Amino acid sequence: MNYMPKLDRRSFVVGSTAAGLSLGFHIPFPDEARAQATASEVNAWVVVHPDETVTIRVARSEMGQGTLTGLCQMVAEELECEWSKVKYEFPTPGQNVARKRVWGDFFTAGSRGIRTSEQIVRKGGAAARMMLIAAAANEWKVPAAECTAANGVITHTPSGRKTTFGKVAAAASKIDPPADIKLKDPKDWKIIGKGVRRLDTPDKVTGKAIYGIDVRLPGMLSAAIKAAPVFGAKLKSFDAAKVASMRGVKKVVPVEDNAVAVIADTWWNAKTALEALPVAWEASPNDKVSSASIADFLKAGLDAEQAFVGNQAGDVKAALAKAAKKVEAVYGYPYQHHVTMEPQNATVLYTPEKCEVWSSVQDGEQGLAATSEACGLPVAKCEFHKTFLGGGFGRRSTSVDYVRQAVLIAKEMPGTPVKLLWTREEDMTHGWYHPITQCKMTAGFDDKNSLTALHIRISGQSILASVAPGRMQNGMDPATFQGFVKGGAETAFGYDVPNLLIDHAMRNPHVPAGFWRGVNINQNAIYIESFMDELAKEAGVDPLEFRRKLMGPYPKHLAVLNAVAEKAGWGKPAPQGVYRGLAQMMAFGSYVAACAEVSVDGNKVKIHRIVGATDPGYAVNPAQIERQIAGSFVYGLTGLFYGECTVKDGAIEQTNFDSYDMMRIA
Amino acid sequence: MARLNVNGKTYDVDVGPDTPLLWAIRENIGLTGTKYGCGIAQCGACTVHIDGVATRSCSFPASAAEGKEIVTIEGLAANGALTKVQQAWINNDVPQCGYCQSGMIMAVTALLKEKPKPTDADIDREITNICRCGTYQQVRAAIHEAANA
Ligand code: FES
Ligand code: FES
Repeated sequence: MNYMPKLDRRSFVVGSTAAGLSLGFHIPFPDEARAQATASEVNAWVVVHPDETVTIRVARSEMGQGTLTGLCQMVAEELECEWSKVKYEFPTPGQNVARKRVWGDFFTAGSRGIRTSEQIVRKGGAAARMMLIAAAANEWKVPAAECTAANGVITHTPSGRKTTFGKVAAAASKIDPPADIKLKDPKDWKIIGKGVRRLDTPDKVTGKAIYGIDVRLPGMLSAAIKAAPVFGAKLKSFDAAKVASMRGVKKVVPVEDNAVAVIADTWWNAKTALEALPVAWEASPNDKVSSASIADFLKAGLDAEQAFVGNQAGDVKAALAKAAKKVEAVYGYPYQHHVTMEPQNATVLYTPEKCEVWSSVQDGEQGLAATSEACGLPVAKCEFHKTFLGGGFGRRSTSVDYVRQAVLIAKEMPGTPVKLLWTREEDMTHGWYHPITQCKMTAGFDDKNSLTALHIRISGQSILASVAPGRMQNGMDPATFQGFVKGGAETAFGYDVPNLLIDHAMRNPHVPAGFWRGVNINQNAIYIESFMDELAKEAGVDPLEFRRKLMGPYPKHLAVLNAVAEKAGWGKPAPQGVYRGLAQMMAFGSYVAACAEVSVDGNKVKIHRIVGATDPGYAVNPAQIERQIAGSFVYGLTGLFYGECTVKDGAIEQTNFDSYDMMRIA
Repeated sequence: MARLNVNGKTYDVDVGPDTPLLWAIRENIGLTGTKYGCGIAQCGACTVHIDGVATRSCSFPASAAEGKEIVTIEGLAANGALTKVQQAWINNDVPQCGYCQSGMIMAVTALLKEKPKPTDADIDREITNICRCGTYQQVRAAIHEAANA
């Protein structure tokens, strides 16, 4: 269950060979057909077609966050092509390996898609432009420095001669890439910074977009799977004979030591037979674990001696001991499921010579590594085709257990493609859940009502211990302290308290934890910001004023907070019966704040309005950022109102939307 | 076996009597724009039109759809021209991951047939599809735009 491919990204560079990689047979992606034959690859990022359309290759995954469009904007900006002629394509990780990782990293998570590839993609676009200009200059026998490019047209300024990218692309593709690449000055940007429409929308409103679940190969069979409901439990037995004669059934296979799958002509037939299949599971030490037992386990950590320190200033113990007033609160944050709308799936064609996979993953290279490890063939004999993702939210980042399962199943059917699809129920009960934690906060005020001490004790689960133990630091999981760390460009704590201690008593229950949209910012923001309100109330100070007093050294945190306060009309009375609350946090390089207006009717909460602000650095596509912010509020509110996953007899109790509802339009 | 009329074409599909229409459409006919999200009529990702009525095809047997006119997302712009709902979706850049949007568009298309100018309250009541990416604000704006197009 706790599956991680052993091959990490770096071993690709060292261990792979470029030999013999062919695309094999694969699903044509939008515009790929056109990218054949007559098109010229100027460089890895840019393919120019005779009809002047330009295909831009994007290594990062598109799961709704708009990175595909943003990255294309950056390439196009430097390329100086015409935006309306831009098409896109996803290169495969196998090609990346074969080409010495020319596209860099495929990893799409942690809000990194744009910010950690902007340099490489802009340089890719700029290099292609320089090569196109050089080709035109060669043809005209003029110095390249006398030529410029704009909207896909190259002009020799002194003579006024013109040509187009499409006409010189073939020659440009034979020119050596430039060594010295100068990027445009941001003040000259024309496409970066614009809220241009997404490139993938047309295919997403006509049903043409291909997600992993949609992949269809000739002669393909389908598989449905059931893994042990109790995490860590093993498969004991199953009775294949009972379903062998059912409609469409081809084979029943055990998968690793904890699951069983039925392979049939269609997925519906596979699923129907799987439901009829008698299966027994071994008893497991986790059989008795419940939400209550996990809560007790964590509660003990709130006062434990041993804890990892994430942030520290002054002497909290002493300051609390002499505080004029102390305030204490304990909060908790439950397991939550990602619920990508597209359930997990992967399609595999295995032969003893080659293994090819099509799937929705946030890191194509990790998908390739998982494929190689599961099938036993070297990376050079594997290929991985990324489709669109029907949601990612972290589920498809570090844990591609479904890829491994699909490869193992397809290995039972050499030469026949097999698509594995999880039911929603399988998906809900075999996730990599938002980690569970509790938090005890203790604050001390002096006799002038100033906050002098703050101890934040987190007790609970580490994500890294679950998905990437190799990345822990001396047993500590630094990610636990997201939003709580001192300074830095990623997730800095925004309050200045003279005596501060933020520490973590790690308690890891058996339920697998994973990266969930926002990761550890989610609960840390709720903990600190709810407590700030309690402290403000205790001090008899307006919650905005109370925060402002502590935020002097953190002007960017403060700026977004001030922005939402001002836009929401903080300080002016809210409508009758409506209450306001605000919060701020820094997450993954962005500063965020929100002010919500809510009313309460019995046990029903109505949200009237949320005013949000973010400072994400340079906004490549402001319209997409706005949609991400709006969408993240919906995601967060689902977490708040419906998101708890509970544990009974070692298994997750919620199985589908009837027991795990989501925010809807109203 | 079932004889289905999908997007104006007739298909003889080899399915059991209980096979949901969703899987006949996706697997037997090969139209994958209609999505699977839950299988229990909760999310709306599988919405198609059966004789003009928005229907969650995961919970509707293929055999019961015989003799009826079925339209899927692929059938909306069958003649190449986008419908006003699809166009409004493009104008408002509604989809994020896009996975729920086929069902969302089919549900909205049926709503507008019934109520050409829906109020916000109508939308709240009638459009119950789940969008995990949270595109609801754009969905609402696009519905109003399509209604006024
Ligand atoms: S898949 Fe039919 S309603 Fe969810
Ligand atoms: S756009 Fe992703 S689920 Fe709706």
